[in-house]
This record gives sequence, C-alpha cells and structure tokens, in this order.
Amino acid sequence: MADDLILECKNITKYFGGVCANDGVNLSLKRGEILSVLGENGSGKTTLMNILSGIYFPDEGEVLIKGKPVTIRSPQDAFALGIGMVHQHFKLIKIMTAAENIILGMEGEARLHMAKVEEDVRRVVSEYGFDLDPKAKIYNMSVSQKQTVEIVKVLYRGAEILILDEPTAVLTPQETEKLFDVMRNMKAAGKSVIIITHKLNEVLEISDRVAVLRKGRYIGTVETKDATVESLTEMMVGEKVDLDFGRKEPVSPAARIACKDLTVLSPDGRNALSDISFTANGGEILGIAGISGNGQKELLEAMAGLQPSEHGTVVYYPPEGGEEVLTGKDVNEIRRLGVILSFVPEDRLGMGLVGAMGISDNIALRTYRSGKSFFTNRKIPQQLAGSIVERLEVVTPGLGTPVRRLSGGNVQKVLVGREIMAQPTVLMVAYPVRGLDINSSYTIYHLLNEQKANGAAVICVGEDLDVLIGLCDRILVLAGGRVSGIVDARKVTKEEIGLLMTGVTGTPETPAEEPA
Amino acid sequence: MTAIIAFLNAAIGQAIVILFGATGEILTEKSGNLNLGIPGIMYMGGISGLMGAFFYENASDSPNGVIGMLVSLLCALVVSALGGLLYCFLTVTLRANQNVVGLALTTFGVGFGNFFGGSISKLAGGVGQISVRTTAEVYRAPVPGLSGIPVIGEVLFSHGFMTYLGLLIAVIVTYVIKHTRKGLHLIAVGEDPSTADTAGISVTRYKYVATVTGATIAGLGGLYFVMEYLNGTWTNGSFGDRGWLAIAVVILALWKPTNAIWGSLLFGGLFVLDIYLPGLTRATKELVRVFPYIVTILVLIITSKRNKPENQPPESLGRAFFREER
Repeated sequence: MADDLILECKNITKYFGGVCANDGVNLSLKRGEILSVLGENGSGKTTLMNILSGIYFPDEGEVLIKGKPVTIRSPQDAFALGIGMVHQHFKLIKIMTAAENIILGMEGEARLHMAKVEEDVRRVVSEYGFDLDPKAKIYNMSVSQKQTVEIVKVLYRGAEILILDEPTAVLTPQETEKLFDVMRNMKAAGKSVIIITHKLNEVLEISDRVAVLRKGRYIGTVETKDATVESLTEMMVGEKVDLDFGRKEPVSPAARIACKDLTVLSPDGRNALSDISFTANGGEILGIAGISGNGQKELLEAMAGLQPSEHGTVVYYPPEGGEEVLTGKDVNEIRRLGVILSFVPEDRLGMGLVGAMGISDNIALRTYRSGKSFFTNRKIPQQLAGSIVERLEVVTPGLGTPVRRLSGGNVQKVLVGREIMAQPTVLMVAYPVRGLDINSSYTIYHLLNEQKANGAAVICVGEDLDVLIGLCDRILVLAGGRVSGIVDARKVTKEEIGLLMTGVTGTPETPAEEPA
Repeated sequence: MTAIIAFLNAAIGQAIVILFGATGEILTEKSGNLNLGIPGIMYMGGISGLMGAFFYENASDSPNGVIGMLVSLLCALVVSALGGLLYCFLTVTLRANQNVVGLALTTFGVGFGNFFGGSISKLAGGVGQISVRTTAEVYRAPVPGLSGIPVIGEVLFSHGFMTYLGLLIAVIVTYVIKHTRKGLHLIAVGEDPSTADTAGISVTRYKYVATVTGATIAGLGGLYFVMEYLNGTWTNGSFGDRGWLAIAVVILALWKPTNAIWGSLLFGGLFVLDIYLPGLTRATKELVRVFPYIVTILVLIITSKRNKPENQPPESLGRAFFREER
C-alpha cells in the first residue's frame, strides 16, 4: 500500500509573520491518481502547493517523494524531483512561441534547434490528446490555449506530479471538459495530478480522492465516490450550510432600464461592445455571463455613465412612470436617479473604496453631497456604517479602522452594503462574491434577493455559472462584446451557456420570454 | 562620381559611430534596461581611448602604433564597461529610476570627456594640439589589396578595421539574440522578468551582463569617432548628438542590430548631406541639417502606430524588477 505513494507531506507548518497559513498539514498522493485539494479562499491550499513547488519553504514538517525525505528550496529543485506546477496566473512570454516558452530556462546546447524542440513538443501534445501548435505565438492564444502551453511545459520537462492551481477558473464548460479528458489521459499514463479548486461539482467529476483544508488546517481526505456536495461543504466550512439560493419568482416585473444598440470603444479603438440591446426588469435578477474581458466591465460602466458610448442609448424607466435617456448624462445625475454600480475589481480596493479610510469615511464618499451645510455631515455615514456592520456581520475592530486592514470578505460586504444603502432602483454588481467564503457569499446572494424583492432591477456579472443559474432569473451571455443570447436561468443548462460564451450564436433551446 | 564616393564614405564614417551605439543600446534594452547613459558612455569610451594612446605615445620614444591601438582599445573597453557597471549597480541592484540614472550618466560622461579632453589638450600644448597619429594610423589603415579596387574598393574597403568590427558585432549580437539559448533567456528577462525568474533564469545576472557588454560596444563607437573619424585628435563638443541618434536608431531598427546597420547608414547620410548637396545657401544648409531630427520624429510617430507585438519595445523596458515576496 505504502509503496505506491509518490508524494507525502507530513505535518507541514508555515507561518507568514504571525499568521499561520498551514498548520500541521498531512497529504498523500498515489501514483496515477487525481487528488483534489479543496478549501475556501484563505484555507492554505495555494500555500501548501507553493511549498511543494519550491516557492515557499516550510517552517516545520517534511516532504517525502517515493518514501524518501527531500528538501525543495527552489522551483528548480521541484522540477528535478518531478513536481511541476501550473499557476493560476500564467508565466509565459507573450511574444514567444509555445515551443520557446516550453524550453525557457532549461539547460542545454548553446545554439537553439527549434525544429527539434517543436517536434518533441508535438509528440507530448499528441500523447496526451492536447490541441496545440508549438509554433503559435502566445499573444495569439486564448486563455485555454495558454493553459495548455503551461501544462505541456510541465510534462515536457518530465514531471511525474502535476499541480494545477484553480485551472478551471478561466475556462468555459467545454474547455473544462477538454481539460478533464487530458487529465484522465495523464492519469492513465501513470502521472499523478493534484487539482486545487473550490468548485465542488468539478471535484466530484474528476478526482479519485479529495483532501480538505480549512483555515490552514488539514481536515481529512475522503474517497470521491463516498462524497457529496453537502458532505464536502460541511468539511470545508465546518458546519452545515444551506446551499439554497432562495430564488423567488419575480413579482410583477416591469422594464426598468434598457440598452439599445449600445456600442462602446475600447482605448485601442476596437469595439469593446457592439450593438448591445436588452432590457432589465425591476424585481428581477439579470445575470451576465461570459469569459472575462468580453465586455462585462464596459457594459456596466457605460450604463453607469463612467464610459462614453460610441452610439446607442441607455433608457431608464423610473418606477413612477415615464422614461429618461441616460446616455450623455454624467455619473452623478445617473446615480441620483437610483442607477447604482457596485463593481468589485480584482484588487477590490482599486475602485470603489479608499483603503486608508475607515468604513464610515468610505460611506461618506457617497453621502457627502447630500448635506446642505458647507461642512461635511459625519453623523449620517456613521449611522449607516453602524447598520451595515451590524446587518452584514462585518468583522472589524471599529468603524474608523482603515478598510485595507479588513479581510477580503469584509471589504466586499462594506462595498456592496454601501451601494445597497442608497436604495437603488437599478443595482449593478460585478463579481460580488469574488474571493469570499461560502457563508459570506450566501449573505451577498441574500442581499441581492432582498433588492430584487424590493423591486430593484439587479444586474449581476458573475464568474461561476452554477451560481448564475441558481441565483438569476434571466442570463445575458456576452461573447466578444456582443450579446450572444439571453436565456431563462430556470431552464438553461451550463453547456448551453458555455456554447453561447464561445460566441456560437443562434436561437438557444430555451429562449427567455421578454416580459412586457 | 568623386563627390558621390566622398559622400558615401562620409556617411559610412558617421554611420559606424551610430551603429556601435545602437547595437550596444539594443543589447542593453533587450534586458529591460533603458540606458539613456549611452551618449555619455560613448564620450567616456572615446576620451579614455585617446588618453591611453596619448600617454603611451608621450612616454615612449619611438611609439609603436599597434601597441598604441591595443592600449587605447583596452582603456576604452574598461572605462565604458565601468560606465555600464555603474548604471547597473544603480538601477538593478539599488533599483533607482532608469531614466534619471541614464540622463545623469550622459551628463556625467559628456563632462568627463570635456574635462579630460581639455586637460590633455593643455598637456599637449593648447587646444587642438592633441594628436596620436601613430596610433590613429593603425586604426585608419584600409583593407590591404581590396581597397585598391576602383569605386567598390574606395567605398567598401578603404575604412579602418573598426568599421568591419562594428558590422561584425551587429551581426553577432543579432545571431545571439535570435538563435541561442542565452538570447532566448535574455528576451525573457526583458519581456517579463518575473516569468524568467520562475523559469530559473538569473534576472540580475542577465541584466548586468547585457548592460555592461552593451556599454562596452557603445564605448567602441566613441573610440572609433576619436581615432578614425577625428584622426586621433580631440575637440570639446565635436561628438555632438551622435549618441542620441544611436538611441533613435534602436527604435527605427525595431530592436534588431542588423536593421540598425541600415538605420545608421540612413542617419549617417542625412547627418553629412548638407556638405555634399550642391547649390545650398547658408540658410538651406541649416534646413538640411535638421533632417536627421525630423526623421527621428517621423520614426517615433510611425513606430508608435505599428501593432505587431514582436516589434514593440521589450515589455519591462525601463522598469526595475522586484522579486515578489517569498
């Protein structure tokens, strides 16, 4: 039994300053198996994998390869031991070809023989069933092709153990299937694969065993065939979680905001959005799906008045009747009508909150205009801050603590909470649960449902299709800056959305009815 | 015909100075270092080569031209390498701003050249009195035999060895960048140092080696100017803007030294055009003199429009590399 263990971690402990990222973690990997490492953000999965790939050095504990203790001090040491890691953020040189990237940093003859390298790469590619042209330049590749290059790079160097860090985060469902096929081929060839993820459905689909981490501690390893979504969530969170989105039927939806032939140019002069037309209804959550960078940001910003549009109009229908053309109005006018954008950027603090200011001051950024007096009214934001902290269970030492020092989830609650306090009639959120743990995510989902029940039109740009399908009433799919379809979230499947995301337009099988 | 041959020779004379500078700067920029100190380093290379030869010729009763050449070559190489090393220490090790360090180095280098140029002029007995003819003759010796061929020999083979060295270095640097493993790693360092670092390439070492080598190549341009173009003499300020033209040629050449050969010839030709264009008045002469600068501006406008990623400057150019916290 023990001799087919290719990798073992014993009692790995790693501190960053005073924070314990890994606390006595044990892990074992068998030859020819796919092991999922599951855990919420901040549970220490990536730290553990970085220890295995030589980026961090553990403070305590040991790593055994094929039963022998080893010391891994650099990525090169890890390579030499047959461990290859594919990072979430690709490490590729854009102007080079796939083959050049694959051999980058390898020792060898001074003169390059690219034709031979390309041939070797082709052999690896066909062995595992990849789809990759070694001569293609990285800058011409899609995200999934770049990921393929990274995986081939690791295999080309003879890795026995592959670590994939959140590989499906950037893929469409179809690309994910293709990746899983390749992973099964690798497993059949006797390679061992560790996949880091927090998507439970994928864990159940691909892996043989699941190791669960929670808050830096090792919870346990289970056979995938004995696991369910509920049991894994419980291991991950430490308590039973109600995974119901709580979606209710929209109450008397009425058109609230509409785009007609909206076209927006990106800074380099291409169309970021082309002829976008849709209507969002009050009392409904409209999801926006798409591979990231397909116009989501531009769409929300154009509607909120942050980006000029080339042509087309955005029309707002106030609840009391009538209509207002938003195109050409400035941001503050649009905000005053109740059209509110809450964009959660990748770095969270980059847009929306000032890191060095406290919660109440950040709220004052929105309220300071409302007062009549020359001086800023600090009382109102203070009260609002107090109620946000209370209702959303924000963990903070005080209202004046710089938000930069709060954890990601708490920052996000403040950001979304502030926008909701303004009682919007149109609430646009982008990636509202990015980086949040499950409990916080559900708090945010419930907030969005509440806004929907209050009659607001909620527009939600999301990454996780399972969430969009469970939460939204209708889903608009963007591909290449165009609307490739608007579907009914109650009837659509993930695969159908996946096809639309790749730009395959046409009538989806379940067209959404446009309520009048 | 004679006028055309004279013009071509003058153009080549200008071009080689620019070519050395451009090749050195291309190698430097490929590592992500934007060394605007190149004009200063060329000054430093020129004056130190001249000083080496001057002191050797003064110290020896019957100076040997070949030894003078070796002494001046060594002095130029060492001093320009030190210039590159200083730049690297400040920008790579201490992570100072590359533009500021580069401009300071140029200001320093020009001052260094003029100061020592003035000093040895004084030693030689007055302004314009320095002359290292014995050494300069070795630098200026044409290719034996071939230079006797009419027209072709006069244009192509009547130059000193440094002309051919400059062309050879440009070809070698192109080859190294394009066809060797080291070249591939160098491109990676200049494009994305953190990726190169993850791949196990020593970013600091590549930046140092490329920048110091680049500086010595550029320094040879200054030496060529003093020895072959000025015939082993010195006048303060005569080097002019050639270093900046070299940096402009880097962009025109799309970071390929072999392209820099044509770019340098174009700039070299424009630089001396006013002397060889017949029928120019004083005023129109001044207009013609502006050509190299107009071309530089046009080049910058045109190149900023091109879209092919390979022809863009190295992506990390001008930025210091901080290895992420480990």
